[in-house]
Amino acid sequence: MRYLPLNDTQRREMLGAIGVSSVDALFRDLPKAALASAKFSLPNTASEIEVERALGTMAAKNLNCGAGPSFLGAGNYRHHTPASMDYIIQRGEFLTAYTPYQPEISQGTLQAIFEFQTQVALITGMEIANASMYDGATACAEAVAMACRLTKRSKALVSGNVHPHYRDVTETTMKFLDVGVECLAPDPYGIEDLIGRIEPEHACVVVQTPGFFGHLKDYTVLAEAVHKAGALLIVCVTEPVSLGLITPPGRIGADIVVGEGQSLAGPMSFGGPGVGLFATREKFLRQMPGRLCGETTDEDGRRGWVLTLSTREQHIRREKATSNICTNSGLIALAFSTHMTLLGEAGFTRLAQVNHAMAVSLAEKIEKLPGVKLLPTAFFNEFAVMLPKPAAEVVEALAARKILGGVPASRFYPTYPELKNLLLLTATETNTAADIDALVGALKEVL
Amino acid sequence: MTIPTTASGNRGLQLEQNLIFEQDTPGMTAVDLPAAPKVSERLGEMKNSKPIGLPGLSEPEVVRHYTRLSQKNYSIDSGFYPLGSCTMKHNPRLNEKMARLPGFADVHPFQPISTVQGALELIDTCASWLKELTGMAAVAMSPAAGAHGELCGLMCIKSAHEANGQGHRKTILVPESAHGTNPATAALCGYAVESIPANAEGRVDVAALKAHLRPEIAAVMITNPNTCGLFERDCIEIAKVVHDAGAYFYMDGANYNAIVGRLRIADLGVDAMHINLHKTFSTPHGGGGPGAGPTVLSDKLAPFAPVPMVVKVGEKFEAEEHAGHGAAKQSYGRMKGYHGQFGVFVRAVSYMMAMGGDGLKQASGDAVLNANYLLARLSEEMTPAFEGPCMHEAVFDDRFLKGTNITTLDIAKALIDEGVHPPTMYFPLVVHGALLMEPTETESKATLDQFIASMLHLARKAKSGTAEAEFKNAPMLSPRRRLDETKAARKPILRWTPGAGDAAKQAAE
Repeated sequence: MRYLPLNDTQRREMLGAIGVSSVDALFRDLPKAALASAKFSLPNTASEIEVERALGTMAAKNLNCGAGPSFLGAGNYRHHTPASMDYIIQRGEFLTAYTPYQPEISQGTLQAIFEFQTQVALITGMEIANASMYDGATACAEAVAMACRLTKRSKALVSGNVHPHYRDVTETTMKFLDVGVECLAPDPYGIEDLIGRIEPEHACVVVQTPGFFGHLKDYTVLAEAVHKAGALLIVCVTEPVSLGLITPPGRIGADIVVGEGQSLAGPMSFGGPGVGLFATREKFLRQMPGRLCGETTDEDGRRGWVLTLSTREQHIRREKATSNICTNSGLIALAFSTHMTLLGEAGFTRLAQVNHAMAVSLAEKIEKLPGVKLLPTAFFNEFAVMLPKPAAEVVEALAARKILGGVPASRFYPTYPELKNLLLLTATETNTAADIDALVGALKEVL
Repeated sequence: MTIPTTASGNRGLQLEQNLIFEQDTPGMTAVDLPAAPKVSERLGEMKNSKPIGLPGLSEPEVVRHYTRLSQKNYSIDSGFYPLGSCTMKHNPRLNEKMARLPGFADVHPFQPISTVQGALELIDTCASWLKELTGMAAVAMSPAAGAHGELCGLMCIKSAHEANGQGHRKTILVPESAHGTNPATAALCGYAVESIPANAEGRVDVAALKAHLRPEIAAVMITNPNTCGLFERDCIEIAKVVHDAGAYFYMDGANYNAIVGRLRIADLGVDAMHINLHKTFSTPHGGGGPGAGPTVLSDKLAPFAPVPMVVKVGEKFEAEEHAGHGAAKQSYGRMKGYHGQFGVFVRAVSYMMAMGGDGLKQASGDAVLNANYLLARLSEEMTPAFEGPCMHEAVFDDRFLKGTNITTLDIAKALIDEGVHPPTMYFPLVVHGALLMEPTETESKATLDQFIASMLHLARKAKSGTAEAEFKNAPMLSPRRRLDETKAARKPILRWTPGAGDAAKQAAE
């Protein structure tokens, strides 16, 4: 087996040094009955060529988004990946390193985390950010738990414009902590009244921008009401490219900003792995979950970085920790950070402008189709449209034409008949005018 | 010869690198984009009117920046990484190549199910391997990491107790040698935690465990092989007494690499166990994630597993994405967005296919052989915490340093100068001054012999009583020497701020 360096001669020499006669003797503590009954029906070692064939066949059964026009979003976005970004994250010194527990020989990972923390703080408009969480949805649940610790309250209010997976993960996580999560019904028209629903028991109100159905809303007034009630405003961002063009959540009064970094961090990869963004105000630092990298100096007085404030974390605090999280999403955070560095201020704002322009260009054509209604008036690169027939059927008919024409809302809300005809459409810099024409042309046939 | 002071601060190949924020050329970018269509904006009131503050760099500057940063890292690709409980094995590049196939990488989680049959088949294939290897009834694929898998297991356990009218069970038993995530996970699941002591030989004290079992105990979490590198040989009896008391047996699978392909954990009476794909199945650690922690479940817990679930209906794959429906009728809900860590599953399947059932058995054999070889050879100068044979990790205490002023930390830092990543230090907590070494199966005998030579050299030097200053000053040869962690925590600087670098520069000048 090509991954195993020992040969039988060496194994015998090593057994001799240990003083046992066989490898099996080293497993003497394992229950004999369990060893005897262990039979595995598995294939044997395979060559690279054979593995490539088997997995290549499996991969070919999927319709990949690059094979034709695609307009999918709903929290997971197809963006161009710069070649140097994928090169950098495949450097073995990043790819095959562990958590930077020995800072003297991990300064590369640590400095990259410090830069990532700064970039996330800058684009969200917040004071500090951590080294990342698993994904946007788990970051949202962690933010609600943090708000409960900070306010010593145990109820949360979640807007109907929040991604349903973020809502579900938060609800699931919190029910085990006896925190009541009040989730408002899906709000495709962007008309829900959150302020009127704030109660003195609420630890936090959770909103999303751009909203799940595409709405761009100013939450400044909501933030004031939330703060007046002694609660915290949590803002979710599922499409961070939007932050190149719209006012950052930190400037409209957000206390915690969570998000998914996938759209800037490489391929969609069927939804994972992603990278959870987590930013907050400095005064909430001690209740923040997750890893943090901080600046310090070494014995020669040279600047360097270390993991810090670990007294919040499980390996020190055990059951009193702020979270059980023991990792971040290091490599995907590095991809995110590398892409942000490649973009810079000019590239990031330009990327956001191109996305918005493509989406407006799509919207202009879609809204002219008979029986189709565009719901948001203000949006970034994604919007909901009401179709004259069930969206899931339309999407299947488009897929048969090799067009991935949006995500039907019924996929998330199967029990809401009024959302049956609702479709989410996204356009990014990866789309062309020809893609848009192909979609609009196909829709004319299908609708 | 002393090291010369250079004008640049560089030392040959050790190149200093400023933060990206200190390399800003305003307006510069490394990404050119095609022209956008001319449209009138529809951003409403939300258009940002202020700068963000991101620096501008060109592509060559960015590539050099990260290349230089990478060269300040130790990695498995570059050397021996015996970091106990982390399973730092070789990461085959085939796995990376497979994960980048457009049919896997360029697939969206909400495409019509008919267009992602290969992706669902990949998840099902990964699940089938894990079920076959463990003999367990089901596997929840969505947990994102080991600790997340623990949470999945305990959530299933809590849901099962509640469904069976056992909601009064509010406490989890955890051995004192457990990893910190175990008690933290129990707390996150709304449970109280009680610690059970180990016996002198480093295993769970079964009598003490029995004394703790009572009607309010919901489950026992036991790492096996345990954090002392030993197999809990009483685990079948433990499972029996735990089940007799109406509780569940959660086995922490952090150390599964020692036993994969040798026995099926179902035969040990386990109800739930997470599997770290980034350890046992060689997906890269990436400087701290992303990993994946699929959790295998017994038939008693399987109905409560989280969504989404891949279901095979005839020849087609379906995804059950909503709790309360179909196969997920009793599911406790959702704990992760989308379909779990799909890209990690691809890498793990690529590894499992390459290894095969025979290769996996050989791997656990070699992992245990390598650890016992270290245990035997290093015992010449060091003090093993427990009697062998060990499993895939060897743990030493600091008795061999008694009478010197040198600590486990000093030994670890001296190893850095030897060109080795230090073992895990001061864990498990039950071993005084622990050094926990996990060589894995992907190291050659020559590498182990070199490490043994370094380790014995340091142990002898420490005992000689003549090299204390050398140890206290170590490391001398790494990109940075010991860093001031107290300073970092006392006045945290967690981000770059405009002007901060300038002030530091002025102070230096």
